Amino acid sequence: MPKRGDVLVLSEGEREGQIIAPGDLPVGGPPVRAWPKDPKTSVVRNGSRLNEIVVVRLDPGDLDDATRSRSADGIVAYSAICAHAACPVTEWVKAAQGDKTVLKCPCHNSEYDPRSSAQVVFGPAPRSLAALPLAIEGGSLTVAGAFVGKLGGAQLG
Amino acid sequence: MSRMQLLLSGFVAFTCLVSTSAGAGPIENYSPVTSQRLENPEPGNWMLYRRTYDGQGYSPLDQINTTNVKDLTPVWTFATGVIEGHEAPPIVNNGVMFVATPMGQVIALNAKTGDEYWRYKRQLPADLFQLHPTNRGVGLWQDKLYLATTDDHVVALDAKTGKVVWDAKVQDYRKGQYLTLMPLIVDGKVIVGGSGGEFGVRGYVAAFDANDGKELWRTFTIPGEGEPGHDTWKGDDWKNGGGSAWMTGTYDKDTKTIYWGVGNAAPWPGELHPGDNLYTSSVLALDPGTGKIKAYHQYHQNDSWDWDEVDAPMLVDLQRDGRTFKSLIHPGRDAIFWVLERKSDSIDYVAGWPFVSNDVWKGIEPSTGRPIVDPAHKPVVGKRVEFCPSLWGGKDWPSAAYSQKTKLVYVPANENFCGGFAGEKVALKPGELWLGTKVEDIGLKVRPGADHYGELQAWDPATGKKVWQYDFPKSQLFGSVTTTAGDLVLVGGTNDRYFRAFDAKSGKLLWQQKTNSGIMGMPMSYEVDGTQYIAIQSGWGVDAQRIQDALATNNIGIEANVPQGGVIWVFALKK
Repeated sequence: MPKRGDVLVLSEGEREGQIIAPGDLPVGGPPVRAWPKDPKTSVVRNGSRLNEIVVVRLDPGDLDDATRSRSADGIVAYSAICAHAACPVTEWVKAAQGDKTVLKCPCHNSEYDPRSSAQVVFGPAPRSLAALPLAIEGGSLTVAGAFVGKLGGAQLG
Repeated sequence: MSRMQLLLSGFVAFTCLVSTSAGAGPIENYSPVTSQRLENPEPGNWMLYRRTYDGQGYSPLDQINTTNVKDLTPVWTFATGVIEGHEAPPIVNNGVMFVATPMGQVIALNAKTGDEYWRYKRQLPADLFQLHPTNRGVGLWQDKLYLATTDDHVVALDAKTGKVVWDAKVQDYRKGQYLTLMPLIVDGKVIVGGSGGEFGVRGYVAAFDANDGKELWRTFTIPGEGEPGHDTWKGDDWKNGGGSAWMTGTYDKDTKTIYWGVGNAAPWPGELHPGDNLYTSSVLALDPGTGKIKAYHQYHQNDSWDWDEVDAPMLVDLQRDGRTFKSLIHPGRDAIFWVLERKSDSIDYVAGWPFVSNDVWKGIEPSTGRPIVDPAHKPVVGKRVEFCPSLWGGKDWPSAAYSQKTKLVYVPANENFCGGFAGEKVALKPGELWLGTKVEDIGLKVRPGADHYGELQAWDPATGKKVWQYDFPKSQLFGSVTTTAGDLVLVGGTNDRYFRAFDAKSGKLLWQQKTNSGIMGMPMSYEVDGTQYIAIQSGWGVDAQRIQDALATNNIGIEANVPQGGVIWVFALKK
């Protein structure tokens, strides 16, 4: 699990493994996928796919209060694992309903609004994505606390 | 790890994996299932995926028929408590019903009253990536049931109590290997085929001992080095070449031969795996004792369209061209209605014709049955290519049915859909989607001016003539078809939530019932104490919903909103 003080590194692409700096993220997206990394031991916490997160920078004025309190300079982070069937939430597209750009799981089309705690705005997902509080310390993007909310896909009751 | 930790972790794993809630069970006087009963099932029972090993999906019951089906009415319902695609036929053995649902759940019910005996609820891992959150049913043998799970286990349950008897790991779900099919039970063997064609797996069919879960054989659908057919692949492409085998096979009890459908090649664009790519998009003839491949037929070569041919062919004694022969009938995802002849050491092409419009095939080579591809509609890397029908094909996995009375094949087809994508070469990461295109790039378009999408078709396989067709103007048709000796054709599959009965001879709509959700499950029929029942699960999800979302995006006046949540419906004639 991500821990307070962890830095974030890209989990895919040509720069996989490199630390994400706030300036790397354009306002309004697109998001990047990331792993938490312990800066002391240099261990990338990628032992479980439940640790993967999606990070996107938005206009701070667009964030609701709860989301803004977990954000750093408009940057927000959520679990990358869909709350429906645990597929990775990889798309950044115009919502099925309305004009906002949203996070979307391509497997079964659940959509989440990152401006308001990644609440479900479309599709079969039963709950929002878990949120990961962020901070900027010494110019670096870091984890400010544990996940808020439940990780993983839906379970039988 | 200390001994105590080991004991504790074992205990935790056990309690997490096994959860059975008790209803009114255990079941008393349960009828053990034998080879003889599976080979010649009593008319009132439905113990195999399509009721009989030949895969025809035909019930010999005729109390409910064309003259009285207007009086069909619900007698009981039961909520499954889960969303997503409810695809399994309720399985009935002498008055006891077993229903498999998404999320690895099995519900045992009194088939007459709807009272619960027990429920098994599998606790699936939190990190399980369920691309297809569904299940297609439980297999039966003696006093046990067999469930194949999306976390890639085969689980044996005590039919009377729902308690786990054994639990065998098949492969690793973390690598995108999973199971959704109803196991095929042949002579004490539990036979399954793996899913994962979108994760770059190498497909297989495997058999387990029904008594103890010991693996007896495993036959890969893609030949390894030194095996016949390996030379239809280049380099290491075969190692991750797809060929998943995620639907239940059919079985010829006379020749002791299993016929098993094999899925698409991976990744999707054929340019990334040059060659014919045996045995993807094929049917395999297997020896159930050893898993040895006796024969095969490849429907189309170098698959590039995600056209799985996993739906196993129906076994029909067919009179055609002045002779009677043992046929295999397969309305393909590749939009071709295939008629093949099964022999002891070969599967021969007899006839093939398109059953929906397509722009991919220019024809079929008459001597071999190889379809001739139009390269303009074959996906490649670096350029968007459009093709018809869509990647869901002319008919996806939902089953067609054959009536022994009308001698017709009833096909849940989709017309006027096209698709397309731009191929791209990406490195395989185990456990992640590996399509060879961006997911968001996959399209479903409707043909301009299309006046309908779903088609229920009735074909005469003896002549290749279409006898009737029923069109659905505002919906796809995405549900299995069952037919009965009462000359009924039963199907759900539409976004308006209806379950319907048609006249098997004329195609006339005779009865319909609006249900809780859309139906993508398999209708079945059974009898208890002299009363015939018809049962279906209503619970929309997976690809029926994906098509629905795409139709809504096409802005043709169709809403994406089909309510989800499963309910078992049981009908009988009003008394």
